[in-house]
Amino acid sequence: MSLIDSVSFQRNFRLPRVDGLVQWIVPLAIIVVWQIACVTGLVPTRVLPAPSDVALAGWKLLLSGELVRNIWVSFWRASIGFLIGGSIGFAFGLANGLSQLSAKLTDTTLQMVRNVPHLALIPLVILWFGIDESAKLFLVALGVFFPIYLNTLHGIRTVDPQLIEMGRIYGMTDTELFRRVIFPGALPSIFVGIRFALGIMWLTLIVAETIAASSGLGYMAMQAREFMLIDVVVLSILIYALLGKLADSASRVLERATLAWHPAYLKR
Amino acid sequence: MQTALRTALPETELASRVDFAPHARVVREGRQDERQDERQDERQVQTGGLPLSIRGLRKSFGDNEVLRGIDLHIPAGQFVAIVGKSGCGKSTLLRLIAGLENSDAGSINFGEAAKAEDIRVMFQEPRLLPWARVLSNVEVGLGRDRASTDAHVRAEKALAEVGLADKRDQWPSVLSGGQKQRVALARALVSRPRVLALDEPLGALDALTRISMQRLLERVWRDQGFTAILVTHDVAEAVALADRVLVIEEGRIAQDVVVNAGRPRARGSVELAGLEGSILSHLLSADDRT
Repeated sequence: MSLIDSVSFQRNFRLPRVDGLVQWIVPLAIIVVWQIACVTGLVPTRVLPAPSDVALAGWKLLLSGELVRNIWVSFWRASIGFLIGGSIGFAFGLANGLSQLSAKLTDTTLQMVRNVPHLALIPLVILWFGIDESAKLFLVALGVFFPIYLNTLHGIRTVDPQLIEMGRIYGMTDTELFRRVIFPGALPSIFVGIRFALGIMWLTLIVAETIAASSGLGYMAMQAREFMLIDVVVLSILIYALLGKLADSASRVLERATLAWHPAYLKR
Repeated sequence: MQTALRTALPETELASRVDFAPHARVVREGRQDERQDERQDERQVQTGGLPLSIRGLRKSFGDNEVLRGIDLHIPAGQFVAIVGKSGCGKSTLLRLIAGLENSDAGSINFGEAAKAEDIRVMFQEPRLLPWARVLSNVEVGLGRDRASTDAHVRAEKALAEVGLADKRDQWPSVLSGGQKQRVALARALVSRPRVLALDEPLGALDALTRISMQRLLERVWRDQGFTAILVTHDVAEAVALADRVLVIEEGRIAQDVVVNAGRPRARGSVELAGLEGSILSHLLSADDRT
């Protein structure tokens, strides 16, 4: 697992204490270079506004309340869509991982649907839902569904059969076997699915908001483009980056809390 | 290993080795002998174990006939070792006894109605739940009593018996191979089983850890008096631990050897070495025949 490899790699090469700061050196350096390039006129501000201008635009939008409102709308859509799609994906993953019949019945269909790029459905979704909230939620849920479904299924199927045999020998009921053996065993894989899904969640939402919306971060960026407010466009893009990072960090915290037993997460 | 090399020598060598081991006697060659009932009374020290009677046991996997009619009686509390070459059916026999497989024909009888908790298995792999602390792993062994109020206390006691009381809150991944296997032993023992089936439980351990595990196994067996059935490929281990060594060849019991050496047994004694040599030479001569 590349996830696990990278985590143990980080642990082995960690500098004490500064660990939390090291990761911000490169982003900060980029901003500094960018600022210098703009101030010296190396990059015309019509092409790329200076970070200070972007911050100023952000401050203005913050004061007017527009920024917070748009971030909140996008955040809400992302979370609800993620919850809906994630729960359905998780439920199908469980059902198909635990029941042969269910897998035979639905897996082929799901694999076929999976190979349709879900953003290709945007025209159809607009016809169905208009530019309503439900259109965005539908697309996000659909995008999030597959990584969670696939990784839950994979996690359950790859639980060590020797442990399952052990559980049966020691008289575990099906519920107990699931709670004590199968689910914890599938959890690392489920987390891989969640992290993939978080990426897809933002991607889908931004695309959907850019094309058809009357609020949200994507809408804010599109509006700004119409009025040639390039600093707001850049601001939106930077906010996507920060939100993506935030979602990733949240899933990492969750991983560390629930996978404390895993050799890659052990505190030494 | 030196013994093994020497047994590759001619038959006369074998005859002289039997003299080295006056307390050991080969009870039966082949399976024509039916003197099991006499031996039932040989060891009445233990009371906790269950006796075990196997009649005409057969098992095939597809076209491969693994067990070809096993008849066997194990008195309550006896320590039996089953040796044989890989693929001879010894592990299958153990899995049938433990109820992990169903036989094609024949019966396995425990004398009285045995509960699931009465028969426990230990495998070559510790099979600990990596996401449960050591103590919770031991609690798994309580079966349906897991939810009872004294589960913690019983698990702690079992852990203390294998000398790992101080590891109760550790994750299994920080333990050494030997420690993991000791936790697995505690898990198997916590429900006070009356039959313990051991499928090469020490096979993956290094030589020194293996010896200390053998001592531990012998100690808990003497303390608790369960019937122990140990499958092993290590003949030295078999004669060091068991009251009786069964040699299985091609799905049948080829040799049934009683080991009368006193306990605790002196490792590397002439007596045990001689016995080990005669069993090994039997196994190796079978190899030459094929």
